[in-house]
Amino acid sequence: MATGNQTQDRQGLTLIAPPFLYAVLVMAAPLLTIVAYSFLKDGYLTVIREFTLENYRAVWADPIFHKIMLRSLGVAGLVTLVTVALAFPVAYFLSFVVDPRKKSMWLFLITIPFWTSYLIRVFLWKVILGYNGVVNSGLKSLGIIEQPLSFLLYNVNSMVMTLAHAYAPFAILPIYIALEKIDRSLLEAGRDLGESRAMTFWRVTLPLAMPGVVAASLIVFIPTIGDYVTPALIGGGKIPMIANMIQSQMLDQDNRPMGSALAVTAMLIVAAISLIFMAMNRRFLKVRQ
Amino acid sequence: MSTQSSAAAYRARTATAKPMIECRDVQKYYGDYHALRGIDLTIRSGEFFSLLGPSGCGKTTLLRTIAGFEDISSGVVLIDGQDMQGVPAKRRPTNMVFQSYAIFPHLTVAENVGFGLRRDPRSKAEKAAAVEEALAMVGLKGYGNRASHALSGGQRQRVALARALILKPKVLLLDEPLSALDRKMREQMQVELIKLQRQVGITFVLVTHDQEEALVMSDRIAVMFEGQIAQLDGPEALYAHPTSRRVANFIGVMNFLPARILGESATGVEVDVPGLGRVEIPAANISHADPGDEGPSVGFRPEAVSLLGAHQQTGARVTPGVIDEVVYYGDMTYYDVRLDGSAGFDGKARPVRIAMRNVFGREVQDVGTRANVSWSPGSLVLFR
Amino acid sequence: MKPGAGLRAYALLYLLFLYAPILLLPVFAFNSGTIIAFPLKGFTTQWFTQMFENASLRQALGNSLTIAVSSSIFATCLGIFAARASTRFDFPGKGPVMGLIMLPLVLPEIIVSISLLVVLLSLGVQLTVLTVILGHTLICMPYATVILSTAFNSLDRSLEEAAYDLGETRWSAFRLVILPLVMPGIISSLLMSFTISLDEFIIAFFLAGNEPTLPTYIYSQLRFPKQIPMIMALGTMLVVLSVILLTVAEYFRRRGIAKTGATDSGGFL
Repeated sequence: MATGNQTQDRQGLTLIAPPFLYAVLVMAAPLLTIVAYSFLKDGYLTVIREFTLENYRAVWADPIFHKIMLRSLGVAGLVTLVTVALAFPVAYFLSFVVDPRKKSMWLFLITIPFWTSYLIRVFLWKVILGYNGVVNSGLKSLGIIEQPLSFLLYNVNSMVMTLAHAYAPFAILPIYIALEKIDRSLLEAGRDLGESRAMTFWRVTLPLAMPGVVAASLIVFIPTIGDYVTPALIGGGKIPMIANMIQSQMLDQDNRPMGSALAVTAMLIVAAISLIFMAMNRRFLKVRQ
Repeated sequence: MSTQSSAAAYRARTATAKPMIECRDVQKYYGDYHALRGIDLTIRSGEFFSLLGPSGCGKTTLLRTIAGFEDISSGVVLIDGQDMQGVPAKRRPTNMVFQSYAIFPHLTVAENVGFGLRRDPRSKAEKAAAVEEALAMVGLKGYGNRASHALSGGQRQRVALARALILKPKVLLLDEPLSALDRKMREQMQVELIKLQRQVGITFVLVTHDQEEALVMSDRIAVMFEGQIAQLDGPEALYAHPTSRRVANFIGVMNFLPARILGESATGVEVDVPGLGRVEIPAANISHADPGDEGPSVGFRPEAVSLLGAHQQTGARVTPGVIDEVVYYGDMTYYDVRLDGSAGFDGKARPVRIAMRNVFGREVQDVGTRANVSWSPGSLVLFR
Repeated sequence: MKPGAGLRAYALLYLLFLYAPILLLPVFAFNSGTIIAFPLKGFTTQWFTQMFENASLRQALGNSLTIAVSSSIFATCLGIFAARASTRFDFPGKGPVMGLIMLPLVLPEIIVSISLLVVLLSLGVQLTVLTVILGHTLICMPYATVILSTAFNSLDRSLEEAAYDLGETRWSAFRLVILPLVMPGIISSLLMSFTISLDEFIIAFFLAGNEPTLPTYIYSQLRFPKQIPMIMALGTMLVVLSVILLTVAEYFRRRGIAKTGATDSGGFL
């Protein structure tokens, strides 16, 4: 078989072409369209083909945008913190305590909820936390409360709770993978050099696990900030996040240039935060390579 | 150590043999990397031929160009007189045993062995008989229905051999076939491969980085460095008369001492070697120094000289010295000996290694004792 | 105390936290009370009966199945190309190209669906089941690529060369050697993509037009408290179906690994 460099290149490119073209047509081209729209003028039901930065100026000057963006960042940040903090001990348990033969069973158990319908999981939290919901009716029938607690649903806390639950398995896997990569003899070396168990964890395990923690944080943070369903259901539509705002601009108000500018701005902010976050952890990320 | 025959027996077997593989100025580039730098080589029909060299020397690339898995950048490869340019692997009269054996894990042993017979016009029963015969040849009679992923390393290799040989190739190519086996199994398979080659009588081309393996199995060996053939010879010639220091170093152990050339005659070259004195090296033992060497040197194998007690006096020449180090190996003992006056032109002491077989009655010497080293000019090789 | 006992207790609590909401589904799906609240009333299967008799739900199911089957096949086919190219070949721009193919994994679905929607609307494309398939194929493609890359990666390259050496062509070597060995990966990828598509809401919500899918139907019914028990029954069915599909997918993934003789590194991701 001819396997010179040129043929290699050509065969590889021929093979990658269908999925690549698909991604270009169905994802990259629409994204670029959005970017293009964001620089055009809105002319009520039509789009005027004229370059302008007005949309971005409007987005940045809009106090509602500030409020919603900050709320989205706050919710996503909190969710990330809670999720990663709760997930770390589980990942540690999986990697260091679980019998290797049972590891894939544990992983399977943890990933199953992740693959069940996201919508149903979010909706279940509404059922659980609602005014006539599971928690309230349960507490009432146990005689603990007389009136239903109204603070359970339709607020930021309940959104954080729901999202933390929905994204829990996302956080475990990257941390678990990072922990699995740690050479076990390093830990023994730490102990051998006179460190206590806790100090070994602090000085050896945790720094080596940081790449996984960073990956987990991003994997939770990015989709959370773009979440649409939870604000709509758990927030009762009254505490929108950025996704709801984009949708409303784009479809309800049919202002595509404005909605596009909003989407692009939000994406840039998320990208910038992710990059800053990764840069802050560069020292740890280097360990991986 | 060669289990087979001497060079004479080999010559008798292949003297009249026609060339099976001919490489003429074969060049291979991977981008800027020059993997094969002008390979000229003739492998005779029926020969057990080895390509030996360190990793990255191009030996596997050369094998793969013969097999047809790699294009060559320029040059000619002929197999049985046919130009192989543009001939794909499946149409070449060669079959390959891969380093990983490449046993198809989803097929049984018999399905693996019979894989290449898919387009064979013979009947099912005839093919099954051929598979059974091939399995018997490699000592796996009755293993046909086994699942291939349950086989041991040695068995996988036998399946790979049967699978290649069933197609009756003119050349069998073996890419590091023994490297995945443990030491015992490897030694056993070396002997079996030699026997198998005698039995089927086809040309075997083996790639290996293990000099001992090459010496044991091959009729001839091409030692390769950096995409070039450094020396092509039979095992005995390669060991006794390496044409360069590099080859000498790669094959076995050799001691080197700096030398100063005094004069040349028809019979040899006269040199002055600190510790050994003035010696005339026979003309047959003159080899090349490598570009990096600091001037000429003489070399000898650890077992080409012997260690005598301080009072014993035999052999052609005797040089006294002090034992620096003793390493005991059971059947052998290695001594590092500092020869008197060997400090050389530069004042650096160079202990030489001497290997002595621990035959009955011979005592192991102690560190620090004085001893005589007996040697003869014929066991020295001059690299100039 | 056994080392790690505290951690084990924590991990079990965590699992309980993960599963607790899901476990409520069957509890209320079989509860005869019309509101989702304690105390439980009696046992009933009327919500399931109601579900099976619901015509618009049947339509939604039909749409969801059409979408899931098509998307999983398309995504797996594209995934085979991507996985084969990335595991076997080096080509210029490989990193960015693979990055683009894997991007839907981290891109918020709202961005994917809104941008696709805007383009489709301005092109005047009618929103139907087809447009959802377009979007679902895109988001399933990276998962299929990951699963199939694992399958292709565990293949020793010399297996393919051995097939050429023994007289096979490029295509017959693929058919006789590579395909059987990656088949478990292909099945696993099909099932996984099917599950993702079946449960996906956002893209279906924006791109389906007036065609309901199971998740968008559920979403539309959440406003009506009367319908909630039936939704619980439907949710139960969906979760059970997902778990079955995933278990089968996991079985095939492991069988694939066992077949090629590699060791299990565990997990889907």
